[in-house]
Amino acid sequence: MSANQITSDTSSTATPRGYWANYPRFLWQSLRAATDGSPLFYGWMTLLTAVALVGVNGWAHQYASGMIVTHMTDHVSWGLYIANFTFGVGLAAGGVMMVIPAYLYRNRAMHDVVILGELLAVAAIIICTLFIAVDLGRPDRFWHIIPGLGRFNWPISMLTWDVIVLNGYLLINLHICGYLLYTKFQGRTPNRWWYIPFVFLSIIWAISIHTVTAFLYQGLGGRPFWNTALLAPRFLASAFVSGPIFLILTMLILKKIAGIQLPSQAIKLLVQIVRVTILINLLMVASELFTEFYTGAAHSVHAYYLFFGLHGHNALVPWIWTAIVLNVLAAIFFLNRSALESPTWLTIACLMGLVGIWIEKGMGLIVPGFVPSTLHQIVEYVPSLTEWQITAGIWAFGLMVYSVGLKIAIPIFRAASHDE
Amino acid sequence: MSQEQDTKNRDSNSETPQKRAGMELPILGQVSRRTAIKGAAAVAGVAALGVAAAPMLQKTAELSAAEFMQRHFKELTDEDKRIIFERLENEAQEKYDAEVQIGDHPPIRGVRFGYAINLSLCNGNGKCMEACHRENNHDRATQQSYIRIFEMPVGTTDFEQGNTSYDHEVPQKSHYYLPVQCFQCDNPPCVSVCPVEATWQESDGIVVVDYNWCIGCRYCMAACPYHARRFNWKEPEIPADEVNPDQGYLSNRIRPQGVVEKCHFCLHRTRVGKLPACLEACPTGARIFGDLMDPDSNIRWVLANKRCFTIKEELGTKPMMFYFFD
Repeated sequence: MSANQITSDTSSTATPRGYWANYPRFLWQSLRAATDGSPLFYGWMTLLTAVALVGVNGWAHQYASGMIVTHMTDHVSWGLYIANFTFGVGLAAGGVMMVIPAYLYRNRAMHDVVILGELLAVAAIIICTLFIAVDLGRPDRFWHIIPGLGRFNWPISMLTWDVIVLNGYLLINLHICGYLLYTKFQGRTPNRWWYIPFVFLSIIWAISIHTVTAFLYQGLGGRPFWNTALLAPRFLASAFVSGPIFLILTMLILKKIAGIQLPSQAIKLLVQIVRVTILINLLMVASELFTEFYTGAAHSVHAYYLFFGLHGHNALVPWIWTAIVLNVLAAIFFLNRSALESPTWLTIACLMGLVGIWIEKGMGLIVPGFVPSTLHQIVEYVPSLTEWQITAGIWAFGLMVYSVGLKIAIPIFRAASHDE
Repeated sequence: MSQEQDTKNRDSNSETPQKRAGMELPILGQVSRRTAIKGAAAVAGVAALGVAAAPMLQKTAELSAAEFMQRHFKELTDEDKRIIFERLENEAQEKYDAEVQIGDHPPIRGVRFGYAINLSLCNGNGKCMEACHRENNHDRATQQSYIRIFEMPVGTTDFEQGNTSYDHEVPQKSHYYLPVQCFQCDNPPCVSVCPVEATWQESDGIVVVDYNWCIGCRYCMAACPYHARRFNWKEPEIPADEVNPDQGYLSNRIRPQGVVEKCHFCLHRTRVGKLPACLEACPTGARIFGDLMDPDSNIRWVLANKRCFTIKEELGTKPMMFYFFD
């Protein structure tokens, strides 16, 4: 294509008519890209659709019969859904670890893959929103929390802050992704003023979403397990492990299965980031555990329950030790430079880290806050089959969003970088 | 999309509409089979979604437009309330086959309720729990009640050593009994956290819930340090002849599924000059209820003359439920 054409294209898009003609074309091409692919892609999407439908069915039953189909109780009133929500917020915030090197440190190689982090943020926020939605006893009353329509208890309720920061983060990332893809699709150079300010806003905003989510728990004086100033920093540290790890895994899978080669520098940089954050995360866990167990006050009872069980109740003990072992092993792998040169070992290390954080920021954080309950009764919690169905369904749907996003974005980005 | 394709698309953009249409036709021809398969897959997907979501249809049909659109309690006019109460009474008739009257019961100006329990008298007989269960139309199968009684060994106030599921003769030697319910805190953490203001403190200190506004997020249950709140994990079941027909909108009316509820100091009774059901049922006289603003009330006498304490005072919640030993 000649430079002449690009110019004429650009000038035509500047007029509203050009926009109205171009944007539907962009959407149409995106839809085609999203629904065209190899048998492997079709198989993957079909699988995700099937799992998502299982989730829809589980939720429909929960809606009809009430939340009695979960194993939550008045004692453990939040469970697997809120656990996954918390982990999901971390994943969304962690995506920013690709944005920071790309824009703050102007790393060119990262510019080509930064869209991965932004798409991850979008998909993860959608996952989080769904986990909140399925946790509501009255989803039909969702409009009560929409500012202007219902009654929004802002700024007192931290949950309203979370609504603002999560939706804001979604919008910012949708704008960045949408704008970059659309301009690159047109073969134009993106106008810095239309996205760089939003990129910097998204960096600050990423910190805010996980901080506010930690404050949800941290601000509750009646729950000593969460009522610690270290909670928000710990949330961030683990987010900056899980997010980059998820992105590394994405790139490894894209290369291995779809044969898409992204700049290898990107993976190296993310590995370096994880090397640091995984240690900070472990350090914070250790500091928290020291306080709990060395002091041995009545408040430590939740940590005792989590790690060793209490009066013969030990439902969470296998979970947390799995998480600790996985996190420590992942840290050892990440510190061992030679081990990570093999994609197989890198994949294994990433999976260990991901599952480790998922437990630590999920079941290992939410459930022990409720056991023993505020008046020290021990009622244990093990998720029901319906809860697992719905959880799997939401993750499948989120992965669908992520896969479609990648499917659309990667060819456009690669075409654009070839042009350059 | 490959680079060539991309180029083609850009080129087509600069063509005249007629030419563009002419260019697209062969493309359509190429992808028609593929498009057909995609269309079929999309239809199958939508159908599967319909099947998967089918179980929720009946519940959705039960939800009336009036219920869905209902505003927050504080925004309702007297006329709104009349219509809503009537609707709720009809629902009770349909669902529970019970004739009930739902009232508004606004707080009385200048009244502030307080409650005290004499732990030297309480012997753990559980009559208060039963009275609460009946008065407040709790689900029968789960034996729900806003009150729980801890059987505590003498020499400790540590709830960890208490037992709420005792089933033997009372009182047991070397034990005392400590009933707990919502303390109607003056600084209620449950109210601050509610994202939709579905729960609030009224001028007489009682913390209430609008069961038709609560979205069921259960953040208040996480925030309460006293395990005072309950969630309706399913629709409550009560036989028609056991339904208490004397009901308040913010208190003991039969709660819908999926919302949070709590003790309301029997406001449908106490705001019309009666005593809480748990107090009336107590055979030991351990319970003292009254208006903290009235210098001649029993509760004021107790606060002035007994060494009272509250539970978890260090959390700054300022409970309005006081305990003392004689």
